[in-house]
Amino acid sequence: MTVYLDHNAAAPLRPAAAAAVAAAMGLIGNPSSVHDHGRRARRLIEDARTAVALSAGARPADVVFTGSGTEACQLALRIGGRTRLLASASEHAAVLQAPAGARLLPLNGDGILDLAALEAALGADARDAIVAVMLANNETGTVQPVRKIAEIVHRAGGALVVDAAQAYGKLALDLNELGADAVAVSAAKIGGPLGVGAAIFRLGVAPQGLIVGGGQERGLRGGSENLIGIAGFGAAASEIDASIADQPRLKQLRDRMERAILMIDAEAVAIGGAGPRLANTAAIPMHGVEAATQVMAFDLAGYAVSAGAACSSGKVAASHVLQAMGLPSPTVAATIRISLGLTTTAADTAGFVEAWRTLYNRKRQ
Amino acid sequence: MTLAHPRKAAPVTDAPIYLDYQATTPLDRRALDAMLPFLQEEFGNPHSIQHGFGRKAEAAVEQARANIADLIGADPREIVFTSGATEANNLAIIGAARFRARMGDGVKRVLVFAFEHKCVLEAARSLSDEGFTVETLPVTADGFADLTALEAALKTPTSLVCLMAANNEIGVIQPVAEAAQLTRAAGALLHVDAAQAVGKFPLDATALGIDLMSISGHKMYGPKGMGALFVRRRPRARLLPLFHGGGQERGLRSGTLPPPLIVGFGAAARIAAAELDAESKRLERLSLLFRETLKTSGAIFTVNGALTPRLAGNLNIAFKDAPALDVMAAAPHIAVATGSACSSASVEPSYVLSALGLSPEVAATSLRIGFGRQTTEAEVVAAAKALAAAAGQAARPDAAA
Repeated sequence: MTVYLDHNAAAPLRPAAAAAVAAAMGLIGNPSSVHDHGRRARRLIEDARTAVALSAGARPADVVFTGSGTEACQLALRIGGRTRLLASASEHAAVLQAPAGARLLPLNGDGILDLAALEAALGADARDAIVAVMLANNETGTVQPVRKIAEIVHRAGGALVVDAAQAYGKLALDLNELGADAVAVSAAKIGGPLGVGAAIFRLGVAPQGLIVGGGQERGLRGGSENLIGIAGFGAAASEIDASIADQPRLKQLRDRMERAILMIDAEAVAIGGAGPRLANTAAIPMHGVEAATQVMAFDLAGYAVSAGAACSSGKVAASHVLQAMGLPSPTVAATIRISLGLTTTAADTAGFVEAWRTLYNRKRQ
Repeated sequence: MTLAHPRKAAPVTDAPIYLDYQATTPLDRRALDAMLPFLQEEFGNPHSIQHGFGRKAEAAVEQARANIADLIGADPREIVFTSGATEANNLAIIGAARFRARMGDGVKRVLVFAFEHKCVLEAARSLSDEGFTVETLPVTADGFADLTALEAALKTPTSLVCLMAANNEIGVIQPVAEAAQLTRAAGALLHVDAAQAVGKFPLDATALGIDLMSISGHKMYGPKGMGALFVRRRPRARLLPLFHGGGQERGLRSGTLPPPLIVGFGAAARIAAAELDAESKRLERLSLLFRETLKTSGAIFTVNGALTPRLAGNLNIAFKDAPALDVMAAAPHIAVATGSACSSASVEPSYVLSALGLSPEVAATSLRIGFGRQTTEAEVVAAAKALAAAAGQAARPDAAA
């Protein structure tokens, strides 16, 4: 059985989410129908909305369910009347590919947004600007100083949209404490099902809808709701505290794994390790071995890891995140991501270290 | 971790009877069974194709894509997965209209029929904010698209025509092939909202000459939150995506695909293809039985829209002088609807029935009744008797005056 160390791409369903999904599968109604079947489906969705709101320090009315984290990001970016998009250079493609085109803001060597560059880009009057920053990066786990960023953005009159997809369930998320005008999250990253996300807006902030239709989600997102997806999302969100409480354990496993690998190869490095990071994510180069080669070799050895973001992992393009940190291209080309989660054990990470050692020794011969 | 099967409700005589299959259908048990492994051990991200978890998920997604393509006579490469028919309709209408306006000859004109689903009308309306001309075409009293009006309207250069395959309220099946001929001759694309139609009667998108066609998972016994858009390859229907990201679905629809939902959708398509003929004949018999039972129970009613060609599982019935909401209140265990689910909380008369030329009074006495895979003869008889009695109670001959 292959050991799964790619939790940042997709995580197994939490048991409570699986139970909620199974229960929802047995319901018949359309949540918009007024008969009893419909009302029961509606109740399930509204309970899930409350759970998701609580997990992000928001009100239920601020939560708009979407079909993915990507759609949630794009919806969050459509907050009223702003024409200029500034984004950190390490944003997910869901943000960087926005149609109007984003102006990229540089990062320092630890992957942290350059705050002076942000201030300069905003200018004195940024009432036309949206700044997009991810709370934690999906490839390196680097955590941005979002509260500080929010102060700078708001001082200039800008709006702040935070892609919290990867941080969700790993760091406590509170919309107001962050100072974000909108955040985007994805159920799959917290042990909920794939195919459902949410954009969460601060009181008084509303976007222009992206998918119009039957008036669902207060007119902000048309389409019959993904009942089982949303039910699973709600159940996973109800357990957000347990997920966050598991992080110190993962940090210990991750740190021990990194130290062991760095002892095998003095050239190896824990990318982003000097700055604040998620507890579960490691990005480590094996110099001279292409990331794709490593991933395939580890797959054969029984370890599922990745060469970067899943949406682009089938492609050969070098990671824009690692490039933005100023890493030399041989390092970028040789870096893989190892991401731990709920099901990861000490035996898993120890076994991976041995697989790493084996591949490293083989490649050096 | 194990997923238990949802418990089946014990059949009792006054048990609720679900007759709202146009709002949504229950997930077929076989589709559910197909989904379970992908909710448990096979949880990989289908785009992580460098490891086994991802490849298994990807293979399952592609198998489902082939099943859906088979059902509608398409090539798997013509299927773009979306979060539902609403998103597929948005992508088709906004995407195709914008493509021609921005990348083509600049034509900015869209035609929709008055009885289209609300999300089609809304998507078209949103284009008018971008400077598009959106023209609404009439439908006949029987509930058919007025093709004479379409032909006349197509004399002006047009980018897109929207005609649904079967209406969601009155179930009338539309002359899609004829509309496709007219549309193609005029150099426009035809978009067909087939949410209610796919899996209910044979619908070959290629043979019919359809350019873009929206499909819904949960209207054909698959899961909610899943749909697809058929995008013709020859000649190619060109689109701009609604939103951007990782570039999945050949750049037309970014976002991680959800394998459990897709597998359920694919299984539902496979089941529909195998059972469509027998099931539609069974539903026709149930529909006839329902109408006969209403008559023998003394109900006075008319059927809105032509009886044929019509979705076998749909009736839209006006009970003489009996307000629909009162009929529903008098028979609360029968789950029926006054119109589409999205607007079922609204008190406005149905715009679909208005488009047929029905008066607000008749529209207010109309109920949509939908039969489906789990509907039994006993349920049909019991529901017809209960609704006939409820209509008798609710009838207010003076109120109609």
